[in-house]
Amino acid sequence: MSTHPHKITVDGIGKSFGDLSVVGGVSFDVRDGEFVAIVGPSGCGKSTLMNIIAGFERADRGTIRIDGVERSGPSRNGIMISQQGSVFPWLTVHENLMFALSGTRHGDKEARAHRYIELVGLAGFEKAYPHELSGGMLKRVEIARALVVKPEILYMDEPFSALDALMSLRMQTELRRILDEERHTVLLITHDVEEAIFLADRILVLSPRPTVIQTSFQVDMPHPRKLSDPRAQELREAILKELGL
Amino acid sequence: MRETDSKLARVVPPVLVIALLIAVWWAVVARSDSPIFPTPWQVVTGAWDLAQDGTLWDHIQASLVRVGIGFGLAFLVAVPLGLWMGWVPGAYYTLNPLFQMLRPISPIAWIPVAILWFGVGNLSPVFLIFIASVFPMIVQTTVGVRTIDRRYLRAAANFGVSRSVLFRRVVFPAVLPEIIVGMRIGLGVAWLVVVAAEMIALNSGLGYLIMDSRNAGNRYDLVIASMIIIGVIGLLLDGATRLLEQMKTVKWRYVR
Ligand SMILES: Nc1ncnc2c1ncn2[C@@H]1O[C@H](COP(=O)(O)OP(=O)(O)OP(=O)(O)O)[C@@H](O)[C@H]1O
Ligand SMILES: [Mg+2]
Repeated sequence: MSTHPHKITVDGIGKSFGDLSVVGGVSFDVRDGEFVAIVGPSGCGKSTLMNIIAGFERADRGTIRIDGVERSGPSRNGIMISQQGSVFPWLTVHENLMFALSGTRHGDKEARAHRYIELVGLAGFEKAYPHELSGGMLKRVEIARALVVKPEILYMDEPFSALDALMSLRMQTELRRILDEERHTVLLITHDVEEAIFLADRILVLSPRPTVIQTSFQVDMPHPRKLSDPRAQELREAILKELGL
Repeated sequence: MRETDSKLARVVPPVLVIALLIAVWWAVVARSDSPIFPTPWQVVTGAWDLAQDGTLWDHIQASLVRVGIGFGLAFLVAVPLGLWMGWVPGAYYTLNPLFQMLRPISPIAWIPVAILWFGVGNLSPVFLIFIASVFPMIVQTTVGVRTIDRRYLRAAANFGVSRSVLFRRVVFPAVLPEIIVGMRIGLGVAWLVVVAAEMIALNSGLGYLIMDSRNAGNRYDLVIASMIIIGVIGLLLDGATRLLEQMKTVKWRYVR
C-alpha cells in the first residue's frame, strides 16, 4: 500500500505548555508494520507526544508525516487507544463498534462487529453497557473498536496500565496474537519495560522533560518471546539502567 | 433479608416522622380549641367532599395542563437552544450573559408583566411557567455540552464520523443526563410557579382553590388540603422525571 519508505515520520517535534517545555525536539521514523514501544519517566511528555503524532494536539514546531504526507488532524487510519479509555458509556459494546464502523465503507458491518467482539473474547456481551463490564473487558472493547475499522496505525497510550498484573499479561498475549493475524503499525507507550520487550520490534527510551529520545533498542527476538530468555533479561537491565534504575 | 431491611429502613422513618407531625398538629389544635385552624380529620373530610363533587379533579387537571403546556414549550425551546449554545462558542459568548442575568429573576416578579401582556386568562400562567423553567433547562443543557469529556469527542473525531452521527451518537447522549437534571429543576419550579400564578387572577387550578377557600368563608381545611395535594403531586412529578434516570443509556452517569 505505502510506496513511501516510512509509515510515520516524526520530524523535530517540540511542544510547551506555557513556560513548561514538555517535548524538546523528537525525531524518529516508523516502518510500515513495525511495532515501536516508547518508555520514559512519568510526566516526561509521552502522552503529549503521542497526541501530537495522532493529530489531536498541535506541535509548536516540527512536522508529522504519515506515508510521506503531512498530517493536520486525527484520521480514521490511525486509531488512538487512550490512557483513560474512551469507550462511549451510553452505547452498548455492539453499538460502540457499529459507531466506529459508521464512518467506513466496510461491507457487512454487522458481521464485522461480531467477528471483532468474538476476537477479544466478549461474545455474549454485545448488549452490555460499559458500566456493566469489568476494567479488563472494557479495555478489550476499546481494542476491538479500534481494530474493527482496520486502521493502518494503532496508537496505544498505556493501554493495560489500569489492569492488574495477570490481566495485563493476558492482554499482552492477546494483542500479540491479534497482531500476528492482522498487520498493523503500532506505537505503544508503556511504563512496563517487560511489556515493551514482549511486544515491540524497537524500544525508544525518552528522557525527562523536556523530553528527547535518549536511546533506542532493537529487539531482535522471534515471537512468541519468553521474558526468561537471557537476551530479554539483558535488554531489560540495559533499559532500566537508561531510566536510571 | 438485607434487601428488605434496607427497604424498611427507607420507608419506616419518614412515615413515622409524618405520623408524628400529624399527631402533634392534632393535639395542638384540639388543645387550643382554634375556631379556624382545622384538625387533620377535618382536612380529610373537606378534601373528600371536594373529590366527591369533582371540583378537586378539575382544579388538579387545570394546574397540570398549564404546567404541561408551559413546561413542554420551555423544553422544546431550551434543549435545541442549549445544545446550540454549548456547541458554538460564538452563540455561548453572545447569549450566556443574557440568560445568566434573566435566570435569577424570580418568576413571581414577572406576574405584573404577564398580566399586562397576556391578560388574566390561561396564557399568563403558561407564560410564567415557561419563563420559570426555560432558563434552568437552557443553562443545564449548555453546561452539559461544554463539559462533555474531551476523550469522547476525540474518539469521535478519530473515527471520522459524519456530523449527524456525531450529534446523534455522541453529543446528544452525552448531554442527556444533564438534560434530565434540567428537566427536574424546570418541572420543580414550574409546579411552584403555577400555584403562585393561579392565586392571582384565575378561576381554576390548585392555587385558585387555596385563595377561593380562604376568601369564601375561611375554609382552612380546604387550604391545608390543597397544600398537601400540591406537595404530593410535586413529589409525583419529580418521581416521574427520576424514572428517566433509570434509562439504560443514561445510567452510566449515575452509577459509581
Ligand atoms: N493540556 C496541558 N496543559 C498544561 N500542561 C500539560 C497539559 N498536558 C500535559 N501537560 C504537562 O505536560 C507534562 C507531560 O504530560 P504527559 O501527559 O505528556 O506525560 P506522560 O509522559 O504521558 O506521563 P505519564 O507517564 O504519567 O502518563 C506534564 O508535566 C503535564 O503536567
Ligand atoms: Mg501519559
